[in-house]
Amino acid sequence: MALLEIENLNFRYLDSEREVIQDFSLSMEHGEVLVLAGPSGCGKSTLLRAINGLIPHMYQGEYKGRVVVDGMEVAKSEMRALAQKVGFLFQNPENQIFMFSVERDIAFGLENLGIPRQEIRERVDNAMRLLGITNLAKRAPHELSDGQKQRVALAGVLAMDPKLVILDEPTSLLDPLTARELVYAIGKINKEKGTSFIIVEHRLDLVVTVADRLAVMYEGKKIFDDRPEKVLLECDVEPYGVLVPAVTKLQRQLSRQGIPLPRRLLAPEELPVELGV
Amino acid sequence: MIEFEKVTFVHQSGVKALQDVNLRIRKGEMVSIVGENGAGKTTLVKHIIGLLKPTEGRVNVFGKDTRDASTAQLSRMVGVAFQNPDHQLFCETVEEEIAFGLKNFGFSPDVIEKRINWALGFFGLEKYRKNPPITLSGGEKKRLTLACILAWDPEVIILDEPTVGQDAIQKEKLSEIVRMLNSMGKTVVIVSHDIEFLWPMQPRVVVMSSGKIVADGEASSVMNDSYLLEKARVTQPQLIRLYNSMKRKPQRPFRDVFDAERHIMEALSVRTG
Ligand SMILES: Nc1ncnc2c1ncn2[C@@H]1O[C@H](COP(=O)(O)OP(=O)(O)OP(=O)(O)O)[C@@H](O)[C@H]1O
Ligand SMILES: Nc1ncnc2c1ncn2[C@@H]1O[C@H](COP(=O)(O)OP(=O)(O)O)[C@@H](O)[C@H]1O
Ligand SMILES: [Mg+2]
Ligand SMILES: [Mg+2]
Repeated sequence: MALLEIENLNFRYLDSEREVIQDFSLSMEHGEVLVLAGPSGCGKSTLLRAINGLIPHMYQGEYKGRVVVDGMEVAKSEMRALAQKVGFLFQNPENQIFMFSVERDIAFGLENLGIPRQEIRERVDNAMRLLGITNLAKRAPHELSDGQKQRVALAGVLAMDPKLVILDEPTSLLDPLTARELVYAIGKINKEKGTSFIIVEHRLDLVVTVADRLAVMYEGKKIFDDRPEKVLLECDVEPYGVLVPAVTKLQRQLSRQGIPLPRRLLAPEELPVELGV
Repeated sequence: MIEFEKVTFVHQSGVKALQDVNLRIRKGEMVSIVGENGAGKTTLVKHIIGLLKPTEGRVNVFGKDTRDASTAQLSRMVGVAFQNPDHQLFCETVEEEIAFGLKNFGFSPDVIEKRINWALGFFGLEKYRKNPPITLSGGEKKRLTLACILAWDPEVIILDEPTVGQDAIQKEKLSEIVRMLNSMGKTVVIVSHDIEFLWPMQPRVVVMSSGKIVADGEASSVMNDSYLLEKARVTQPQLIRLYNSMKRKPQRPFRDVFDAERHIMEALSVRTG
């Protein structure tokens, strides 16, 4: 059974003129990492809300089609039950940080599940270590910088250990090295635990290194959905607002001029080696 | 024009967010500020419009000590688009949000109308004119805060993480308008983790780490110093990494993809004879 099945989904918010999601279908297997790109306002966050149940349970609107997560139909399931399968990092970290200390905040979701104290301690410590925020454990979350807040929110999501983790622009507020470490951690969690990820991102250079698929969305519809190297090297994604990393753009350009290059995405350090220059 | 003299700032919680900061920004400069999460970038920006006052040292803006000026006075000259748009948007509709600052500064109704139309058009927000800002997508909210600032045309423009939530097309437009305003003599300060966005503009780069300024110089030299950048948890732009990995480097580092392509084609033709 697929982990996620979206069948002909359509959604319109109460006060929006047009359908924000249009006839969208997508299927995802256990253990896959999918990156979702597309212009600002094309419906990415809306689609994510339809997977974790905020749509239709919290946002009103016109809803057609079906979303099934690990056998549970989202529209017919309780948010609480869904929350155990799907972890969600909001685009704005302030939407999910509210306790008095960083470590309490990360433990919050676990306490609600009735997990033993010792295990909570371990999971919180692991999550803090993974995101490099152990030194912030006793600090008050509302007094942190925005990037620090984003790391705390993310630690809370990962500590819950859900089957599917959804990240809405997770690196947008992170400093470049932390962003790189986060992507590395995603790859590691995916390999070790088989956790699946859906990652919405504009900056593709980092996330494509761990992605199995890259889907491009435009005005509520799915335009491309394939292996990242296929989408970035063979499709014309720029008209859809997709930022092709500088080196990938160069690789694509050189390939198109007939220079033999591998069909995988090359890192900046690899391209000159492959070319022998 | 903006001067930090030995500025130290300690938050109520006891966190020292700025430590002995000296910085001088001149009229017409384009300055970018980079550095790790929690380095003190936003804290520094808040000092420029007097939202925070130094614990020790002095901040001078347009010749005035910020201790003696109100934030309202400073905001006439300095427009800041903050990192988190939710802290800055409070009107009922998108259009009113842009009109708010303009009205405050006493622009006439027809000027206000023109500026609103320009800002909505430029940032692709016309279709949301009458919508409440809270129903916008994350990237659209961010663009609305940028629209609000640029609409009233301040002398100094400060953007804290302007590219968050923006796609390639929006980033390109943003980069163009920033360059245009700067070429018209406006002072622009951009705080950003988005190195690929900053680098092609070749700004002056101020690197912050643990509340201190650890480097300050031209993009071409600062961005080349990988050791220094790494200490502030910043990575080098892709094309600089590519350039540094070439066996026989061209005489000048690349400025853009076209530059890089040209040099690589040259190198290939030399190799194959
Ligand atoms: N309201 C506050 N109260 C107490 N401490 C704060 C507050 N805001 C920020 N800090 C602390 O001050 C330091 C600098 O924070 P600042 O927001 O200036 O960082 P930044 O460089 O903008 O980081 P980021 O890249 O994550 O936005 C950090 O240690 C942060 O935790
Ligand atoms: N709560 C809401 N009510 C009405 N319209 C909304 C709401 N949230 C988002 N929208 C609109 O839906 C469209 C898609 O938004 P969103 O899914 O957040 O885009 P993305 O995440 O791709 O930037 C946009 O036009 C946005 O203005
Ligand atoms: Mg979004
Ligand atoms: Mg900040």
